[in-house]
Amino acid sequence: MDLSYVRTTCPYCGCGCEFLLETFDGKITSTVPSKSNRMNQGKLCIKGWNVHEFVQSPKRLKKPLVKKDGVLQEVSWDEALDFTATRLQEIKTKDGGDSMAFLTSAKCSNEENYLFQKFCRVGFGTNNIDHCARL
Amino acid sequence: MTNSIPEIENADCIFIIGSNTSVAHPLIAYRIYRAKEKGAKIIVADPRKIQVTMVADVHVRQKLGSDVALLNGMMNVIISKNLHDTSFIEERTEGFDKLEETLRNYPPERASEITGVSVEDIEKMAVMFASSDKSTILYAMGITQHSHGVDNVKSLANLSMLTGKIGKESCGVNPLRGQNNVQGACDMGGLPNVYPAYQTVIDENNRKKFEDVWNAQLSPKVGFTIMEMMHGLEDGSIKGMMVLGENPLGSDPDTRHVKHALQQAEFLAVIDIFLTDTAKIADVVFPGASFAEKDGTFSNTERNVLRIRKAIDPPGDARPDWQIICDISTRFGLPMSYESPKEIFDEIALVTPSYAGLSYERLESGGIPWPCPSRDHPGTPILHKERFTRGKGLFHALEYRPPEELADEEFPMLLTTGRFFPHYHTGTMTRNSPTLDNEMPEGHIEIHPYDARDLGLTSGEDIRIVSRRGEVITKAIVTDVVEPGTIFMSFHFMEANANELTNPALDPICKIPEYKVCAVRVEKISSPSETEFKAAANA
Ligand code: SF4
Repeated sequence: MDLSYVRTTCPYCGCGCEFLLETFDGKITSTVPSKSNRMNQGKLCIKGWNVHEFVQSPKRLKKPLVKKDGVLQEVSWDEALDFTATRLQEIKTKDGGDSMAFLTSAKCSNEENYLFQKFCRVGFGTNNIDHCARL
Repeated sequence: MTNSIPEIENADCIFIIGSNTSVAHPLIAYRIYRAKEKGAKIIVADPRKIQVTMVADVHVRQKLGSDVALLNGMMNVIISKNLHDTSFIEERTEGFDKLEETLRNYPPERASEITGVSVEDIEKMAVMFASSDKSTILYAMGITQHSHGVDNVKSLANLSMLTGKIGKESCGVNPLRGQNNVQGACDMGGLPNVYPAYQTVIDENNRKKFEDVWNAQLSPKVGFTIMEMMHGLEDGSIKGMMVLGENPLGSDPDTRHVKHALQQAEFLAVIDIFLTDTAKIADVVFPGASFAEKDGTFSNTERNVLRIRKAIDPPGDARPDWQIICDISTRFGLPMSYESPKEIFDEIALVTPSYAGLSYERLESGGIPWPCPSRDHPGTPILHKERFTRGKGLFHALEYRPPEELADEEFPMLLTTGRFFPHYHTGTMTRNSPTLDNEMPEGHIEIHPYDARDLGLTSGEDIRIVSRRGEVITKAIVTDVVEPGTIFMSFHFMEANANELTNPALDPICKIPEYKVCAVRVEKISSPSETEFKAAANA
């Protein structure tokens, strides 16, 4: 039996409420609002209270997929990564870095956004990177 | 935001425009209610009768897209009643004369004509805002998602500077960011024209600095925005696309056009936690980790940098997105060997002046708002206290421009878009949450009782909505939340998505599409089989 509480930040809106995820044997069992956070002071909205549900949805992707004969099929990480690296190299060599475009995410972390734009700018020598904040 | 969220509750006057706060930012709405309890005056300018209007001292329903005229009208009143802050204007701003000249063309009578708001209301709002001690402005996508969104934002800045309500506690101009880390994605350089911390790519010194740290040759050319990328895919100048945790197929205007564009890609890679509509048409999909399965940081709408911490393992073979990017990059021939998000964050602090003083150690005890330039700096909850970033605050003299698409004979009604309380964005997260899905399992439009009567509609009936770009079938709910002539719809529901209809007309400067206004026609559905046919086609 392994019960723990991990303090983290809500992934929905820009308020940035903090809560504790209660985990029990590797599963999230509930969401408890943080009282010490000056922003939400022990409160959450309906989305925050139920945040653990989508995380553990059975529809989550569990394996890399590659399209073969028009259908996405589960493959190993090695296959998906090699396929991607080859295609990216081909495009870069044939059409140049400016023929690639990158859409980064307002839902991912700062660290991930940083790496993604670095990959775009360094790997392809292009500034074709944007995200959906305009939306 | 120029100010922090907790400050809102100590304001004397809160002006909410283009923000359905209780739905999109519930915990900020809570601060508004608290302020009201303490005696604050609340002004709401929103075409819909949204929940915060229940506590409003004044609620005005300006015509869709008429915000600049409304704000100019308010400022005209403020100047004519001598309620502007002359010492602030003199010491901290420039361009006042030009603004004053333009504002002469917006007496409240003319503003009233354009906006549909009464002269008395315009005067009341103006006096309330200008004569309260601490007045704050809260706005969201209702202001920015227009073909003149930048003008709207500048007009709000004009109002705030004119009355000297900026750089002070519980004042300021406060955009409420709709997604948890929009702020961070922008801060990190997820934009075609800037590196991290908004350092422009066309500046040679900036480029040199990043070339040194990254040991690379960088492009001096501004890149494509999202809509330009879509056009690039169609005209063949863009061949491949990588999408990290986004679903442009649901969230972009004119869905049909976006789908067509994405299908032209020679190579489309998606990293996501669900098989979104965009992932379905990709060549390769990588299973990422949710926020609960990785370490990192988010920057919220008040610029507070907050930690996220790993609580459980990702499902199956899924990996944290940062690791996936490293893996792809390394195989591609650009080795990335970060051990942990902490190591990445240390590099961010190195190249991002506003994050320079931040570290995981410091963030352990709670968020710190940037700018935080050094290790002993406490962070900056209030921006522009002594000076503006550019020195003096610049007034922009702006004329009202109508929205791109107006109602006409063929499309006699206007459609506006937004969110419903249990859902979020394209629904990939909330519709996979049973509790939230139960609250609202299907989409609908809101239509005014007068329009419903003219069309012979009853509440709950299926209807067809047609625009110049597409059509959808969905349920109609008859309600006076909307005004006659206007319907409201969300883009949470892919099977009946408002963005099949919306107009991709862009703001000329920031390239935001005009989600908030487009012309449509509402049709009653004659035979039930038609509904079934459509449902099957969408399944
Ligand atoms: S709990 Fe609600 S208000 Fe708080 S960040 Fe999450 S979605 Fe926003």
